[in-house]
Amino acid sequence: MQSNTKQLVLSTNKLSKYFYDPVKFKVLEEVSFNAYKGEFLTLVGKSGSGKSTLLYCLSTMDTDYNGELTILEQKVTGKNQTQLAHIRNEHIGFVFQFHYLLPEFTCLKNVMIPALKLGKYSKQEIEERAYHKLEILGLKDQALKPASKLSGGQQQRIAIARALINDPAIIMGDEPTGNLDSKNSENVFDIFKQLTQEFNQTIIAVTHDLDFAKASDRTIELADGRII
Amino acid sequence: MNIDYDIALTHIITRKKQTLIASLGVTIGVAIYLFMNSLSAGFTKYSRDEIFKNNAHLKVFKDDEYCKPLNKDTSTLNIIVNPQITTTTKNIINPNNLLTQIKQQNFITNAIAQVDLTVFYNMGKTQIKGSSSGVNILEYNAMFNNEKYLVGGSLSALQSNLNGIIIGKGIAEKLSLKLNSNVTISSSYGVVKVLRVVGIFESGNGFNDNSKSFINIATAQQFLKEGPAYITTIYANTLNADIADTYAQQLQPITNYKVEDWKTTNADLLAGDKTRNAMMGAISLSILFIAAFGIYNILSSTIVQKINDIAILKAIGFSGKDVIRIFVSEALIMGLIGTLFGLVFASVLITLMANIYMGGPVGYFPIYFKADLFIQSFILGMLLTLFAGYFPARKAANVDPVSILRK
Ligand SMILES: Nc1ncnc2c1ncn2[C@@H]1O[C@H](COP(=O)(O)OP(=O)(O)O)[C@@H](O)[C@H]1O
Ligand SMILES: [Mg+2]
Repeated sequence: MQSNTKQLVLSTNKLSKYFYDPVKFKVLEEVSFNAYKGEFLTLVGKSGSGKSTLLYCLSTMDTDYNGELTILEQKVTGKNQTQLAHIRNEHIGFVFQFHYLLPEFTCLKNVMIPALKLGKYSKQEIEERAYHKLEILGLKDQALKPASKLSGGQQQRIAIARALINDPAIIMGDEPTGNLDSKNSENVFDIFKQLTQEFNQTIIAVTHDLDFAKASDRTIELADGRII
Repeated sequence: MNIDYDIALTHIITRKKQTLIASLGVTIGVAIYLFMNSLSAGFTKYSRDEIFKNNAHLKVFKDDEYCKPLNKDTSTLNIIVNPQITTTTKNIINPNNLLTQIKQQNFITNAIAQVDLTVFYNMGKTQIKGSSSGVNILEYNAMFNNEKYLVGGSLSALQSNLNGIIIGKGIAEKLSLKLNSNVTISSSYGVVKVLRVVGIFESGNGFNDNSKSFINIATAQQFLKEGPAYITTIYANTLNADIADTYAQQLQPITNYKVEDWKTTNADLLAGDKTRNAMMGAISLSILFIAAFGIYNILSSTIVQKINDIAILKAIGFSGKDVIRIFVSEALIMGLIGTLFGLVFASVLITLMANIYMGGPVGYFPIYFKADLFIQSFILGMLLTLFAGYFPARKAANVDPVSILRK
């Protein structure tokens, strides 16, 4: 049974951001929202509305904003780069539109790397966990192939396995299905759904696929950098 | 193994060609650096050995004194002086006492007394002017190791014979003297003696071979019409020739005579050494710098090519420090491979060079293995690769992942 009180995982308070090049303009305007544990959240909006920009702020990689970001009851705004790197390593998993695996490593090693960085488990345990994640994504038999030898859909699932390896509280994706055909998209959607339901992880995904958005728990729509 | 090193190693292995090129640069740089400096050290050692054939670390003698004006007050008077040497005798008074005192210093390893004089070698109508040293030849040998230059006779033959003399080969040839020939020696004090040639030496130094001889101290004193307390010079060796000048300063207070270190005596020769060392050092260091620049270049281009990977590493939680560690380790691995091969390569060159026979007094080419130069080359090679790796690595650490990933 899930408890009635929703547990806060991530929240922004009046998050605003400017770009100065080529001219100064406000790309995000006082964005405030909460994301809860086990929630499947999608960000939608027209192209250029600021979805990616917002996601990179949430990811802690972009620190050049006004307002406040809180992740797991920790104020993230103002922390230094090394602290932020550690937060990303431990609590945030990423899936990008272009799969971005490290080409000279095997699929297994790609999945293991964030865990090896975190150093919470022994190398052997990490390997077992990585195999387990690959199994969830149906790729166990590809584990020892070089990452560059897999198809696009397979690579995207490897990237998801990598995002899951440290059991992060939040998984973020910038159009994670944008580069996939409908069958693979559905596949990824099902995986995300399963993660929120079975493992109580939070998904924040930017998408322009309206079916994908509709099927998620909640959708936030941006227009000209504002939530509508 | 830390994942940072794991990634570095994987980059190195998957980019063998670049690794090889960068390492080869360092190999050549380190090899040339070590070889040139070994050469330089060999030359320096050779020229030092030459110096120490005739010089001890320290020399105590009576320096020339000049007459000084009696009135020391120069503020009111302008004094014009015609300086003249006032020294009449060149000997050390109470030399045995001074010799004992010098030997007692803890930095002195040995000290000997010597009587130097000008002599004439006569054979029939032929006369050669030269210099002779009255010494205890065995003590002298302990300090200057001159036995190896003997081409006939022995040192002990002189030790046991007050009428014996060891002469240079040039004198022997000019006066057609052989071992056990008699030769008439006269001094500027009018003393004439017939001495027996008990040894002939060839040092390779033409001036010495053509004019120099060794006799017993007592014989030398007789030539000068002096008693057994007459000594002109005391030579002393110290624990460390390199700091002989400080030892000279320490020894000076115990005597009124002049204490001079070998560096002062041979300043002209040493200046040449210094110039050569500085030049060789500068050239070899520049070559090493160029090698390090190769690593810098290759690493910089690696980073440009791997910018996506760097962004992804930062996105999944690698900090700037991790990124620096990855690329600096890559530089150090390339540097280590290059440096080690460089040391091996230089060893081969040194061995080849050391087997070249130059002939004459030089013998084999004066180059040899010097452990501290190997250590120095290794440290320098690694230090320069560290710097060469650090700057591109820092650039990589500052990559903004957002600007890469959102493209
Ligand atoms: N680095 C940048 N410098 C200046 N303008 C930018 C930069 N990145 C994005 N923009 C602009 O900011 C706006 C929002 O971009 P983005 O967040 O990528 O939109 P979305 O993901 O919703 O399509 C767009 O108008 C885009 O052109
Ligand atoms: Mg976008």
